[in-house]
Amino acid sequence: MGKLTIPQEELMNSGHIGCLGCGGTLAMRYLLKALGKRTMITIPACCIAIMSGIYPRNFLKVPLLDVAFETTAASASGIRAALDAKGIDDVYVVGFGGDGGTADIGIQALSGTAERGDNIIYVMYDNEAYMNTGIQRSGATPFGAWTTTTPVGKGGDFKKRPKKNMVEIMVAHDIPYAATASVAYPEDFVKKVLKAKDMDGTKFFHVFSPCPTGWRYSPEMTIQIGVLAFQTTVFPMYEVENGVYRVTKKPAKRKPVADYLKLQGRFKHLDDETIKIIQKNVDRNWEMLLAKAEFTKKFAE
Amino acid sequence: MPMDVMTGNSAQAYGAKLARAEVVAAYPITPQTTVVEKLADLVASGEMKAQFIKVESEHSAMAACIAASATGARAYTATAAHGLALMHEMLIWAAGSRLPIVMGNINRAMAPPWSVWADYQDSIAERDTGWMQFYCQSSQEVLDTVIQAYKVAENHDVLIPAMVMEDAFYLSHTFEPVDVPPQKDVDDFLPPYDPPVKLDVDNPVGLCALVPPDHYMEFRFKIAKAMEDSRKVIQEVDEEWEKKFGRSHGGLVERYRMEDADAAIIAAGTMSSTARVAIDNMRDKGKKVGLARLRVFRPFPYEEIRQIAKEVDSIGVLDRSYTFGHGGAFYTETAGALYQAPERPHVKNYVIGIGGRDIPPKDIEGILEKVLTKEDGGEVEWWGLRTSGSREVN
Repeated sequence: MGKLTIPQEELMNSGHIGCLGCGGTLAMRYLLKALGKRTMITIPACCIAIMSGIYPRNFLKVPLLDVAFETTAASASGIRAALDAKGIDDVYVVGFGGDGGTADIGIQALSGTAERGDNIIYVMYDNEAYMNTGIQRSGATPFGAWTTTTPVGKGGDFKKRPKKNMVEIMVAHDIPYAATASVAYPEDFVKKVLKAKDMDGTKFFHVFSPCPTGWRYSPEMTIQIGVLAFQTTVFPMYEVENGVYRVTKKPAKRKPVADYLKLQGRFKHLDDETIKIIQKNVDRNWEMLLAKAEFTKKFAE
Repeated sequence: MPMDVMTGNSAQAYGAKLARAEVVAAYPITPQTTVVEKLADLVASGEMKAQFIKVESEHSAMAACIAASATGARAYTATAAHGLALMHEMLIWAAGSRLPIVMGNINRAMAPPWSVWADYQDSIAERDTGWMQFYCQSSQEVLDTVIQAYKVAENHDVLIPAMVMEDAFYLSHTFEPVDVPPQKDVDDFLPPYDPPVKLDVDNPVGLCALVPPDHYMEFRFKIAKAMEDSRKVIQEVDEEWEKKFGRSHGGLVERYRMEDADAAIIAAGTMSSTARVAIDNMRDKGKKVGLARLRVFRPFPYEEIRQIAKEVDSIGVLDRSYTFGHGGAFYTETAGALYQAPERPHVKNYVIGIGGRDIPPKDIEGILEKVLTKEDGGEVEWWGLRTSGSREVN
């Protein structure tokens, strides 16, 4: 019999009202498996806030505070301060926000929390647009993507700027731990959470969470999309511990980005020239990441 | 009794300390800064046992207070003007979450044009957020009211947050003698915060979820009822305070020389102190005038106002803010309360002291003369305008 590598206990009830194939719910499920039941969580306006259930239902077996859109991190800081005031030191405090709630409207509060070094875990589950409100572009929407506010049209009005690099932004706050993870690789995600959870300070996770509804693919392909994002290095797996970069998982052979793009309706308008630009950007980012890992190696303690 | 000498802002800070606030989250803004500086000193010296989160904005200050309060800690913050406006969303969130947060607000005019001086536009604009609003006239009242406000807010029949207001500079930066009660006496008066529900890993709950139309209305009705029920609690807490500490601040409305008065003014904050001088001067001349000081604006003390309407023939309502489109808020609410009253005296609105403009006793005496004569000529008068003198609006 094989060994279970992911804790068995479920802290998320079944029966949530997310879309079929939702990546975000997997992010929540694996996170809670890693942290256990002595965890408190703040959730802003986002898909998960709705999926958790309409009053009086609730899909979590841990305390949950629904908070205003831009306040996830500040709210987590408030919970931590209250626990400190009460002398409770064995509870993990988590801010769990989407990409819009993190990279856009919530970035100020998150920056404040990280700068103060408040002892919380922040998880950005990234589905690359405002999905809960109907697929509007966010700062984390990738170059080339269709959304309802980058509708392509005749003029080719797709998203023309690359996605905001939240890990880099968080690393610039001099926090102890920042990492990417993907719902397609739960063992890697759980391992990273277990590694970081007891570090003092703000810990940040950028979790790739494919969205069949917004990315325009069939719900059973969520994991396949996540695997391809990794294999093409569109979304590489790495961690940054006290400024030291480490690629936690490398594809045996990098696949062309077109393999990833062509499965998703949100990229169907892209011509070969634009796909070439995307490939070039992905190559460059991958090389830069490897270079950072090489360069920062010597600073490892 | 030995007295300390302190500003209104120090009184805010000592109020929070004596109330044993456990979490403070605050962001600096003139003229509130000395409140948070004082709290930072008290926490740094160990005199005050609290977690002080130095947030990056007022919006986060209130967000952190909400989360701390939801986790069962007594939370405090202070702000002013634009800081309060930035908090607007979270003020509604705090009240909707039924969290007894207490906040100092140093009443300051809103920009543009920039102004740092006293004016109630900031807190008046937040009257519909579901917070109780206390307007103080002295540093002593500030200190006492912060402690009283926790006791009222944390009452399980209330559970709504409270703002404790003081006038920019006139109170925030003016030194006055203040009796600082012993911690032990305050502890006897104010027991630790005991929330009916909180975030707790041993008893997990989800708070502030999405509520569909078949339940939402009941949630709002409960806030409305709590605000109504708070009237009695505010009165009782002030009476209990008087028994224990020997001073009352008048409950919801403090009356001054209202016995046998023919005319009264309604005012709030530091201009009430000036009004008492003006009233004394008028009384010396045999004119029967009095003051009803609005200590509490939310909940609005309509019963007390109706009682005053039974006693006098004419009321002048002094507003240090303006609700563009129709009168000052104290006036429109007074007039609204009086519509249901059996006796309706003459009522007129005087808009005065906007943006910190000085209000000397002679201005209030001038208003009282007009109130006594029930002078007509419009519902609303902007008093002491520089450009065209007194000018009537509508």
